[in-house]
Amino acid sequence: MKISQVLKAVATAGALALFMASGASAVTLNLGNGSEPGSLDPHKVSGDWENRIVGEYLEGLVAEDAKSNAIPGQAESWTISDDGTVYTFKLRADAMWSDGQPVVAQNFVDAFQRLFDPKTASEYAYLQFPIKNSAKINGGEITDFNELGVKAIDDKTLEITLEASTPFFLSALTHYTAFPIRKDIIEKFGDQWTQPGNIVGNGPYQIVEWVPGSYLRGVKSDTYYGKDALKIDEIRWDNTEDLTAALNRYRAGELDILTDFPADQYEFLKSNYPDQAHVAPFLGVYYYVLNQSKPPLDNVNIRKALSISVLRDVIGPDVLGTGELPAYGWVPPGTSNYEGAQYLPAWSQEPYDQRVAEAKKLMEEAGYTAANPLKLQLRYNTNENHQRIAVAISDMWKQIGVEVELFNAETAVHYDALRAGDFNVGRAGWLLDYDDASNSLDLLKTGVMQDGEMNWGNNYGRYSNPEFDKLMVDASNELDLVKRAELMHKAEATAMDQFAAIPIYWYVSKNVVSPKISGFEDNAKDVHRVRWLSKAE
Amino acid sequence: MLSYALRRVLSAIPIVFITITVCFFILRLAPGGPFDGERALPPDVLRNLRAYYNLDQPLIVQFFIYVGGVLRGDFGPSMVMQDFTVSRLLAIGLPFTLMLGFTAFILGTVGGFIAGALAAVNQNKWPDYLLVFIVLIPLIIPNFLMANIVQLVFGVYLHWLPVGGYKPGQIMNLVLPVIILSMPHGARVARLVRGSMIEVLGTNYIRTARSKGLGPSLILTRHALKPALLPVVSYLGPGLSYLLTGSLVVEQVFALPGIGKYFITAALNRDYGLVLGTTVLYVFIILVLNLIVDVLYAYLDPKVRLR
Repeated sequence: MKISQVLKAVATAGALALFMASGASAVTLNLGNGSEPGSLDPHKVSGDWENRIVGEYLEGLVAEDAKSNAIPGQAESWTISDDGTVYTFKLRADAMWSDGQPVVAQNFVDAFQRLFDPKTASEYAYLQFPIKNSAKINGGEITDFNELGVKAIDDKTLEITLEASTPFFLSALTHYTAFPIRKDIIEKFGDQWTQPGNIVGNGPYQIVEWVPGSYLRGVKSDTYYGKDALKIDEIRWDNTEDLTAALNRYRAGELDILTDFPADQYEFLKSNYPDQAHVAPFLGVYYYVLNQSKPPLDNVNIRKALSISVLRDVIGPDVLGTGELPAYGWVPPGTSNYEGAQYLPAWSQEPYDQRVAEAKKLMEEAGYTAANPLKLQLRYNTNENHQRIAVAISDMWKQIGVEVELFNAETAVHYDALRAGDFNVGRAGWLLDYDDASNSLDLLKTGVMQDGEMNWGNNYGRYSNPEFDKLMVDASNELDLVKRAELMHKAEATAMDQFAAIPIYWYVSKNVVSPKISGFEDNAKDVHRVRWLSKAE
Repeated sequence: MLSYALRRVLSAIPIVFITITVCFFILRLAPGGPFDGERALPPDVLRNLRAYYNLDQPLIVQFFIYVGGVLRGDFGPSMVMQDFTVSRLLAIGLPFTLMLGFTAFILGTVGGFIAGALAAVNQNKWPDYLLVFIVLIPLIIPNFLMANIVQLVFGVYLHWLPVGGYKPGQIMNLVLPVIILSMPHGARVARLVRGSMIEVLGTNYIRTARSKGLGPSLILTRHALKPALLPVVSYLGPGLSYLLTGSLVVEQVFALPGIGKYFITAALNRDYGLVLGTTVLYVFIILVLNLIVDVLYAYLDPKVRLR
């Protein structure tokens, strides 16, 4: 009797093992993720490569669909007060953490309190500054965290109060700074809480392995409410800092998706791997900062001459080779809450020769000719593409009587100089943090006085125009989205008519996607959550 | 010999201290800091960050905080890899870098030695010309290019070997990186061995041995080998430290979890803690390697005496 039982057990176990071995070939997505994540803590990360991991193991109140539009996430529904300042979220009944605990409103309260806690030193805390009292708590003015505009009404109801109506707030909630955390886990493990084994998430995938410098691995979470719809069982995020090597790995079939590729390989990819290279508009502008705090670029006519003599049409297709579209305005096409025609100055439609002639005339009026050129220093951070563009543009400027000295430095040094105002012309780029026109226009606002010092933020060129500032203040107080967009369009035109900077091209996202992968939708935010993807073996 | 070794170890302490001091202050003098990214941080946030990493203290206070930490074996936090302390990053990456470096070292040294000896014995005959030519290739072609070529040939076209990535236990993933890493080293060893072997084979005592009627293999192993090894041994110390510190490119191209790449990326990111930690570790390794080479040298060359 006993022996037969043992035999039965062995036979069952054997059959089970056989079944698992044959049936359980897990579908693994191998993702070339770019850089090494600096952290998995949603309050410490700052890069899109980190977002690709953090946004899989955690999920906010609002999530993203395949096209990166805001959809209900941990909150199944919400109501917004008539004045647009109070949001009440109803959490899903089946929202759970990977250790089996239910997701409760307090998890979000804990997360926002931690985000704004000065001790956390979160780089991106300012993205959620629309929340009432958040900036004051972050600045140390208010020390009682209970004054923060985030309250748990009950376990499944969360109320967020804003300083003022903020039309892009739902979009801001898709950002990782708005993800929930488990206070008990962080208190238990301290800085080690993001290590595999300790880490607890509420997203579709769970982090199980992290080899610094090489890869991370995540597996489908059993507690995720949408687990049955997940078609990918396992994700491997590989470091692919060397783009050429990453492309080799893709060609050998080791990687399914690349999140970037060398621009000079675009033609090769198009002819050898048709339809696999995805180049799509991306919310961001590549531009040259003009230092307006000192001569000669405080002169609007010189700024105009510099801007109109840049032939933008050749930069994307010829200098870079990836076909970036020329930029003449400040708000990327396709940005939300920005109804209306795109800013396009009249001169952009003139023949290039005519523009150069006009630029020459402007320079002559300012006293500069080919014989007596204006000497400018053009700074850029060391990078092959930045260099190509700088060389091309300095050539374009040569013909109008500008002698350019190129100066490149590593990123930290470059931005340090830009912030210090120690430059004439500097290369910069802006990728929108959230999909709203104000996010790019805010860059041109006059600095504010803080602690006896002017804080210019990201306005490196120190463009300052009271008219522009007023339009932006009016826009932020405007509840009607159409009127708000009108005000912002006016602001954009005001700044661009004064050549506050030289926009050069609109960024594009550059992905390579294997034909085995379906569900990958190009979108302006370049966010592609794995829950929408599937892979054919 | 023991007292000599002990003295050398003791003299390493001031060297490490000087390294820390010089590196610490040079890093701080360099323009730009760890938080000078593409985005300007709001002053409050910047102040919070600087306080978090003690960067708001006077420089000299920061220095003593750091040295105090190092004495307790704590290299402090990494400002870029925020979920790890520097000690933990080095502890994870060092065994891998050592494994990769030593494997490449042994492969390169043995391969280079055989090639060099073969070339010397066949001086000015076709095997010599062929080997001299082959040896030139890894010295001329930079290793990032070489890495890409072997990736394409063996990974993409032939599908013999994985192109990149590594998971503990996946030995096949290490074949290409080890070969790429070992080639320039092997080439240098081969050239040294060839040169010194030719020189030794031309000396009077080898001629005497030959005239006594000794066979070529006996002459080679018994009489020529040891003196011919001398210049090679003096190169092995720097060669090994070069392999350990020079794995940057290989680690980056093949996406491997070593510490070689921290050396450069951390410096560019102004990740003060990680730069210092890596530097101190490498200084330590190089000091130890040099000590070993010196002792080995004394054993091989009776003219050298340790004092």
